[in-house]
Amino acid sequence: MNRLGPGPVGSATAASAAGQYRVCGNCRKVPRQEKRVQVSPPLTRGPSAFIPENEVMQANGLDERTNLLVEEYSTSGRLDNITQVMSIHTQYLESFLRSQFYMLRMDGPLPLPYRHYIAIMAAARHQCSYLINMHVDEFLKTGGIAEWLNGLEYIPQRLKNLNEINKLLAHRPWLITKEHIQKLVKTGENNWSLPELVHAVVLLAHYHALASFVFGSGINPERDPDTSNGVRLIAVNNFCVCDLANDNNIENASLTSSNFGIADSLSELEALMERMKRLQEDKEDEEASQEEMATRFEKEKKESLLVISGAFDDEIVSTDVSRYIEDPGFGYKDFARRGEDHLPTFRAQDYTWENHGFSLVNRLYSDIGHLLDEKFRMVYNLTYNTMATHEDVDTTTLRRALFNYVHCMYGIRYDDYDYGEVNQLLERSLKVYIKTVTCYPERTTKRMYDSYWRQFKHSEKVHVNLLLMEARMQAELLYALRAITRHLT
Amino acid sequence: MEKMARVTTALGGNALTGRTMFCHLDAPANAISVCRDAAQVVVAGRNIFKIYSIEEDQFVEKLNLRVGRKPSLNFSCADVVWHQMDENLLATAATNGVVVTWNLGKPSRNKQDQLFTEHKRTVNKVCFHPTEVYMLLSGSQDGYMKCFDLRKKDSVSTFSGQSESVRDVQFSIRDYFTFAATFENGNVQLWDIRRPDRYERMFTAHNGPVFCCDWHPEDRGWLATGGRDKMVKVWDMNTTRAKEIYCVQTIASVARVKWRPECKHHIATCSMMVDHNIYVWDVRRPFIPSAMFEEHKDVTTGIVWRHLHDPYFLLSGSKDSTLYQHIFKDASQPIDRANPEGLCYSLYGDLAFAAKESLISSDSNRKPYIGDRRHPIFFKRKLDPTEQFEYISSSSALSVFETDVESGSMDWFVHTAKQYALAGRPLAELCDHNAKVAKGLDRNQVAQTWTMLRIIYSSLGTVSSTNLNHSMGKGSTALPLMNSFNLKDIPSGLGSESRLDRSKGESRTENILMDSSSTLINNEDNEETEGSDVPADYLLGDVEADEDDLYMMDHENPHAEEQEYSLPQEAFPLRHEIVDNPSALDHLQDKADSPHVSGNEAETVSLTPVESFSLISISHSLYENRLPSDFFNPIVRDTLLFYAEQGDVQTAVSVLIVLGDRIRKEIDEQTQEHWYTSYIDLLQRFQLWNISNEVIKLSTCRAINCLNQASTTLHVNCSNCKRPMSNRGWICDRCRQCASMCAVCHHVVKGLFVWCQGCSHGGHLQHIMKWLETSSHCPAGCGHLCEYT
Repeated sequence: MNRLGPGPVGSATAASAAGQYRVCGNCRKVPRQEKRVQVSPPLTRGPSAFIPENEVMQANGLDERTNLLVEEYSTSGRLDNITQVMSIHTQYLESFLRSQFYMLRMDGPLPLPYRHYIAIMAAARHQCSYLINMHVDEFLKTGGIAEWLNGLEYIPQRLKNLNEINKLLAHRPWLITKEHIQKLVKTGENNWSLPELVHAVVLLAHYHALASFVFGSGINPERDPDTSNGVRLIAVNNFCVCDLANDNNIENASLTSSNFGIADSLSELEALMERMKRLQEDKEDEEASQEEMATRFEKEKKESLLVISGAFDDEIVSTDVSRYIEDPGFGYKDFARRGEDHLPTFRAQDYTWENHGFSLVNRLYSDIGHLLDEKFRMVYNLTYNTMATHEDVDTTTLRRALFNYVHCMYGIRYDDYDYGEVNQLLERSLKVYIKTVTCYPERTTKRMYDSYWRQFKHSEKVHVNLLLMEARMQAELLYALRAITRHLT
Repeated sequence: MEKMARVTTALGGNALTGRTMFCHLDAPANAISVCRDAAQVVVAGRNIFKIYSIEEDQFVEKLNLRVGRKPSLNFSCADVVWHQMDENLLATAATNGVVVTWNLGKPSRNKQDQLFTEHKRTVNKVCFHPTEVYMLLSGSQDGYMKCFDLRKKDSVSTFSGQSESVRDVQFSIRDYFTFAATFENGNVQLWDIRRPDRYERMFTAHNGPVFCCDWHPEDRGWLATGGRDKMVKVWDMNTTRAKEIYCVQTIASVARVKWRPECKHHIATCSMMVDHNIYVWDVRRPFIPSAMFEEHKDVTTGIVWRHLHDPYFLLSGSKDSTLYQHIFKDASQPIDRANPEGLCYSLYGDLAFAAKESLISSDSNRKPYIGDRRHPIFFKRKLDPTEQFEYISSSSALSVFETDVESGSMDWFVHTAKQYALAGRPLAELCDHNAKVAKGLDRNQVAQTWTMLRIIYSSLGTVSSTNLNHSMGKGSTALPLMNSFNLKDIPSGLGSESRLDRSKGESRTENILMDSSSTLINNEDNEETEGSDVPADYLLGDVEADEDDLYMMDHENPHAEEQEYSLPQEAFPLRHEIVDNPSALDHLQDKADSPHVSGNEAETVSLTPVESFSLISISHSLYENRLPSDFFNPIVRDTLLFYAEQGDVQTAVSVLIVLGDRIRKEIDEQTQEHWYTSYIDLLQRFQLWNISNEVIKLSTCRAINCLNQASTTLHVNCSNCKRPMSNRGWICDRCRQCASMCAVCHHVVKGLFVWCQGCSHGGHLQHIMKWLETSSHCPAGCGHLCEYT
């Protein structure tokens, strides 16, 4: 990463020269980029910019973990930073690696270079240069045509047709209809067979979600120096200067209403636990009417609108990434925009992963269903029964709140869930973080990561990231698979 | 709707009549349930909750239970059940986790009776006790089952499955206190309603969620379960361990199962995804459904038999917003469209083939074969007087084709494989050697081929050097020598053989012409087929019988049903030698009708004895003119293709290996790979492991090359603690001891480790070899007599 020169800054300068000032969401200042601030590369110590290296390295169950890492190293010939950070949660890592290995390398409907190119296309939607770099290498290694890497104009029409669904899946999956599917599978020169399409959809969803994890956990670029090919990208940072100052001392007035001291955040933790306990023990305290429940969902949906400002309305995308993107301006639009909220809510009970999604995916792309099923199940049930310094805590409600909140932002509603819980359990700064990581992962900053749950361990925050990632992947898959099902019937 | 058979069944006093009919609902249905008197049906879904009465010709909406201006989630039903004792009582399971009971006897418009909001997650299933009026059971996504007494406000008892979500709960019909629950993780639990603390028994029924279960209405021990793994299983619960007695594999995950009334072995199923049909299976014939209803346009979500004792009426609700009444008469029966056939190889290459008589007798070209034996077959079936179903008569014929042991001999293949030299020597030597091998086995044409290859590809220098006993420096002298060699040997040997082959070839083609059904079998000893027909109904599923007396076969040939797999190769010698005969060759090429073979007719014909001479002389003269050997590549390629086409993949692959790069580019990768895999497969069937490995090593296809690199891992256990050693082969992680010590030098072995399979002592390869040269006992002193081979 020493090659990181003034490249991205240069392009940013060009943009700001065109009169588009961006206001930093934190310090409310216009970044003064015309001065060519010397952007130092993110700290390359350790796999993550957010988590101290020793946090990643020290872990419980060392033996098991080492074995797993050794195995991964010997099968893939590398140990990327994602794997290292995820290895904090060994059990999960195992099922993650297994499903990723299966969809990238094992028998499947799509040829190997295609798979990596699809991964690149997916990662590019979130400008995740880390994943792009990784798969550019893999793409070439598996015999992909180097010309394709010049951009979307150079790829076959067939792959190009995938752009639309990639775009929708990444940002507004609820817009996917059976017409989109029909267009892709319609017989013709460049049509997709259903198994191929399902494979592609799984890959897209996987890499969108993985991009969330990469940004959410501040994964550092790989350190390996063999950047000989010219296609390697340089991380795009929309960082304001205040983000680059790597300390937590700058208080973020816009996010937290009051400045918590250590003691405050301790009591904050206690309060959270207290609320969780109450929710678990008695639900009867106030019997909410059905209307009330529906309102709560709507409220939560609407509330997610307020979370996050339009601070970075004008994205500046480096050309390195943009060549893989079509329609770069297309981004997450809130499911429930005020005024025009007549998009039908996705009723989770009518199309569940367990009943419907699994069967369809497994039918068209055998065995992936089992692997994904195991992964979802794993992440949903993963718990160490600890919260920060406390032990023997049942975190079920908290995990469920996180999972369902992500689905809520994508318009998926669970009839049997009281969305009031979300409000009680997830503090505002956490909601900001969740929304950023799932909807605009590229905007995640270390400040957001640091500002929620101050007392919690890094491993717990990584756990949160895993939940967000899988919830997002499942949401995307549900929408895409529902469209395919509708196409089939 | 064209076929509207009217059916009337007498059932004690009341009679059911009706036809296949349907009505549109306003919204997709999630579940349906039927009233005790079979006159009304309730349909429930997210946006629908209605009662229809079943009239003679139509469904008539009786009551809409979804009242109120803004219906709450309590109306969003995942399941509905109508009490079988009290026709005013219904219960629904709501997606928001509420269990609601409804009393139709209420005078007000809103019939909602009681509301139980105890479950935290969606309730998947509700079930009334079959004989108790007030007992209701529910199973929910939160993993709990609750039993309610409708006279009380709260649940009476709660059962915790201690595992994942409950998908179905069903009271046993016969055992008053028992109920079954199925879970998302594949388990089935049996509970006693009086003991909420723990389940009576549990077993894993499916891989993945078990979506549904149903107790057999008559047989108290039988429980049918259906799961996401596309299986329907029938369990016998009478024994201490639940025993799987039947298993039906469907094509999609199974959403509901319902035993068919009055038919012990019949069960109706519908699926959750993709497949919209309703099937009725005879569990004893799990491969083809006995009846099928294909009316729905979207997945069927609820099925129920209209009356407890009537097997002809099935009601179903679906996501396509229709409610159907299906009549069994109108069901499509896949068996009608299937051609039942059976085919089996015996250990000795005999082939038995059974098919419906009608199919076989329509084959007018059939002709009895010489030396056949008769195989009388009996289809017997006991008629069950209680069954009133129609019978069809069917008969089938069994044919057995026997192989001549002699003609099936593959000795030549084994010998050739063992003796061929494929690498390690100059090309000319290899060709010579292989030609000699082929000749030694009386395969003159192959020998010829090798010889010609040598002439074509051996360059001037190598030819002269490999034939040192001939005049040095004058390479061309070697060729006349070859010619004379050929001339001298061939006429006598080939002459007779070609005569023989001609006769064989002719008789073979005759077979082909005469009997198209026997093309699989390439010898003259085909057995005649014989069938006997008895009116029997072993095919149509709509019938009850024990399979033991379904049919009996009198086997004269006890091997007829055993497996044998080397049959396809039996005809190789016949086939490739036919080529020696020009007329037979022409004929075969016409028959083969493949472009590359017919295209090279001229070249292949030149392989016959007479013309080979001329070819050799031509090649000689061309050679003089220094024609590059590439010139012959197309001919050689065609030769190889020809051999492969004839089934002699051995020659094709051997030549391919020997010639290597000279010919490789000429043949496309896929064909090569195909040849290699076939040859390797053959070698392995003859247990010629070493040779097959050599072929793999020598092959230039990447896909083949990596074959012997798969599964090269050998897992070892520690010699101390007997547990598997995961990391390194020489030190055990658990007991921290060096596991593999050399018994001779007592040091750790890190490289090649050899050990006795008898006493499992061993050590360095060299040490053990040396030790066992002088001693016959184990070096460890255990007294075992070890042997090093």
